[in-house]
Amino acid sequence: MTAPALPVFRRTPLRRLAGVDRLAVAGAVLLGIVVLAALLAPWIAPYPEDGGSATHPLEALLPPSGAHWFGTDQVGRDVLSRVLFGARTSLLIAVAVLAVSGVAGVILGVVAGYAGGWARDVIMRVTDIFLAFPALLLSLALAVVLQPSVTTVIVAIAVTWWPWYARLTASVASSVATRGFVDSARCLGVPAPLIVLRHVLPNSLTPVLVQLSLDGGGVILTAAALSYLGLGAHEPTSEWGLMVQQGQSLFTTDWWVVTFPGLAILVTAFSFNVLGEGLRARLSR
Amino acid sequence: MPRYLIRRLGQAVLVVAGVIVLTFAVMRLVPGDPAVAYAGPKATAAELAEARRRFGLDDPLPVQLWNYVRDLLGGDWGTSLHTRQPVRDDLFQAFPASLELVGAALIIALVAGIPLGIAAARYKGRLPDLSVRLSSMLAVSVPVFWLALALQTVFASGLGWFPVAGEYDASLDRTSPLHLYTNITAVDALITGNWPILTSTLSHLVLPALVIAAYPAGVVAQMTRAALIEESSRDHARLERALGFGETAVLTRFALRPALNPVLSLIALVFAYSIVNGFLVEAVFNWPGLGRYAADSIRSLDTPAIAGVTLLVAVLYVIANLAVDLLQGVVDPRVRAR
Repeated sequence: MTAPALPVFRRTPLRRLAGVDRLAVAGAVLLGIVVLAALLAPWIAPYPEDGGSATHPLEALLPPSGAHWFGTDQVGRDVLSRVLFGARTSLLIAVAVLAVSGVAGVILGVVAGYAGGWARDVIMRVTDIFLAFPALLLSLALAVVLQPSVTTVIVAIAVTWWPWYARLTASVASSVATRGFVDSARCLGVPAPLIVLRHVLPNSLTPVLVQLSLDGGGVILTAAALSYLGLGAHEPTSEWGLMVQQGQSLFTTDWWVVTFPGLAILVTAFSFNVLGEGLRARLSR
Repeated sequence: MPRYLIRRLGQAVLVVAGVIVLTFAVMRLVPGDPAVAYAGPKATAAELAEARRRFGLDDPLPVQLWNYVRDLLGGDWGTSLHTRQPVRDDLFQAFPASLELVGAALIIALVAGIPLGIAAARYKGRLPDLSVRLSSMLAVSVPVFWLALALQTVFASGLGWFPVAGEYDASLDRTSPLHLYTNITAVDALITGNWPILTSTLSHLVLPALVIAAYPAGVVAQMTRAALIEESSRDHARLERALGFGETAVLTRFALRPALNPVLSLIALVFAYSIVNGFLVEAVFNWPGLGRYAADSIRSLDTPAIAGVTLLVAVLYVIANLAVDLLQGVVDPRVRAR
């Protein structure tokens, strides 16, 4: 009996691109557009001064038109310009939260996973306690305590977000720690900190990176919710959640003031989720 | 099983203890003097001192923590500064309304999410799969407060299909008063046969429950799809196919039951998340639940009330987690060994 012939694939660049999950590509492209909008906001916004505290009382609440694609808000600012500037606030919060909580979580997780024993028990019990608070709830309590600002939002969300990465890294690192190459490094007398840094850490990172891209959407939504409740960014900062809150009483008469910032939150969170989902599908294959 | 039960219960008690300490720590950080907030701005120095003594604010922190824990265990959750009622009574009043709303949302999520997940798994990689995956990702990406405002504007204020806000038509309290047993309006109306209030409550429930259902429905659809695909690639599925069962039969008759196990444990985890997500929705629809109570408490810097809400939701989460683990331990003995 002969083995069935395996199909032969040649690795042309086109094939390699097709092999990448199409969802991941779509998510990356969508997110790329949002990032570009954030970076280029001062140059592509039709009325850059409207991203701040400018007011034009005579042009208040104009419906969408050629001059103002997304209409104008209560004080006559161009909604499109504010939505573009709002991308800066949201992405800044997302990057800061993911960086801070990612680094903190990975460090604690890799220590817990490699060391095991009582260190693992202590770290995991502390993460259990933090995980018992839904992110929005603990951020809410913290945001009440601290003064409302963008920094407050970043701190409050990061405090609730790190345990997920600690737990994920710990479970991956503890299985990496039992692999042969870690054993051989230990036998060769490599000091423990170096083993963690050179061997365990790099081999535990992939699932965390996927989780980070999946969580970008969650951070954006939580930050927008805190600002909507008045616990985050305040005037004259352009922030999507804040724009929804300020315009909510006008929804029936002037729909554009609330609709476009909400859509911006939706599109940004969606692009993070599509990218993360695509990466996860690729990883689990 | 007893050893697993004891270990798991011990962990849960430890987490609840940590939750209490953390809540206490956050509470002590709240700006503003609770004594001033209670006694009012015109209070004399003597009244302030009296309030401070009453709340035990002069004691050292460890003593305050000890008193706090003792009071909690004794059923005293403090007095709300803005309603001037025991926080525990306030929570007992507000929680059933939240439970009603989130319960309805989770039912919608299961009823919509599981069939969508099955359809996606059945037509994996084809159009139905792609549309379910994309729409479930949209559902978890939508900001709830915005969706709540949008549905309220279009279907309540605009088209008038549903009431704008509240739990039921308050004028019905006079024409057909409701006897309370569970404090959950829809359930009490159902068991006492109070149809006017029941239909009014259900029509008030539709919009807010749909908004809260978006997130769990998306997660349930994704999870059902993933678990079904994994389950239908196992050996038993291969045997069933060899016996001549069609693909739909393999999925729904054999793969679905084991695949629902992770989905149900997911629902318990999503429950606490949905309660908090519901806070924003309750605020928009003026639903008399925990969210509205929390919003009022935040506005008036009502520390005992904020601590009470935080504690209640965190403990609920721990209980939900525990229940899931124990149930899975009963269903699947391998879990106990972990």
